[in-house]
Amino acid sequence: MSVKLEVKVWRGGAEGKYQSFEVPRHPSQTVLDVVIHIQRSLDPTLAYRYACRVGMCGSCAMTVNGAPRWTCRTHVDRVCQKNELVVAPLRNLPVIRDLVTDMHEFFDKWARAKAQFQGERTRSDDFAQVAPASPMRQAADAAIECIGCGVCYAACDVVSWNRDYLGPAALNRAWTLVSDARDVAKLERLRAVAGDAGCHACHTHMSCTERCPKHLSPTASIAGLKREVARAVVKGEL
Amino acid sequence: MWIAQRVSAGVLALCVPVHLATIVYAVRGGLSAAEIYARIHGNHAWLAFYGVFVLAVAVHAPIGLRTIAIEWLGWRGRSRDVAAVLFAAALVWMGLRAALTVFL
Repeated sequence: MSVKLEVKVWRGGAEGKYQSFEVPRHPSQTVLDVVIHIQRSLDPTLAYRYACRVGMCGSCAMTVNGAPRWTCRTHVDRVCQKNELVVAPLRNLPVIRDLVTDMHEFFDKWARAKAQFQGERTRSDDFAQVAPASPMRQAADAAIECIGCGVCYAACDVVSWNRDYLGPAALNRAWTLVSDARDVAKLERLRAVAGDAGCHACHTHMSCTERCPKHLSPTASIAGLKREVARAVVKGEL
Repeated sequence: MWIAQRVSAGVLALCVPVHLATIVYAVRGGLSAAEIYARIHGNHAWLAFYGVFVLAVAVHAPIGLRTIAIEWLGWRGRSRDVAAVLFAAALVWMGLRAALTVFL
């Protein structure tokens, strides 16, 4: 006899309730497999979001048994001890419907953190030479693999207390650009990420670092921004 | 403000142990208010120490309370900043008044 998973899935928007489903449990089954099974075989009206299924696109993050996770790479075996699974939308973001959150606020904050590269070279210039072993390049490399899944944003308590806070992902991206030798908007960016809504609001709880599915440390990036802002203030640049 | 809070925290990290160690050392075997006053009255070195201590507290505490006001009460804007400055002024006034009374 096959083992069944008892799955509770959030239905509705900000107001709603959990709906229970029974899903057959399989070896190597991911949480996303479970959600797909529900939508394809049990209730086609279930709303959720995914694209790549291989941990690249960052679109399938949900709250699984109370913690934010990327569902496509989370095996049921890892999070489920008693054949019970609770799947909800990500915290700290408005719920559109069921498991789908509105990511506008999350990505708007990337723009507010000036998290776009600004170079000065044109296509007629030669390539910039950045030594792989240089400290700046290594600092950028350590933080660059973010897939924008929003898990860190959902894990962050400061985001839930201070709605203006830019959040770990936007600040992590800003740090990769502050550490980019080719970028020319460093001071403007440091100004954008300093203050009550920026890096100085971080309490170093490290929930983002604990939960990041790519094993990045936004906490370290935010600490780097604090150092760079302090350095710029001491030099009189900010 | 972040830098001011970190620097004042550094000052407090030195002042608080000195303050506590002095209390523990001084009260061994009991001590009355009159005895304390007699011993330290006119001591300008202690006046300077507690002057720095009071100013560090007056910088450090209001900045932290201002953050708590944002996160716990959702209190934003000018009124919150004015309240933090008033709190800092109150700390300076009460602290320096006490230090001047005791040590001068």
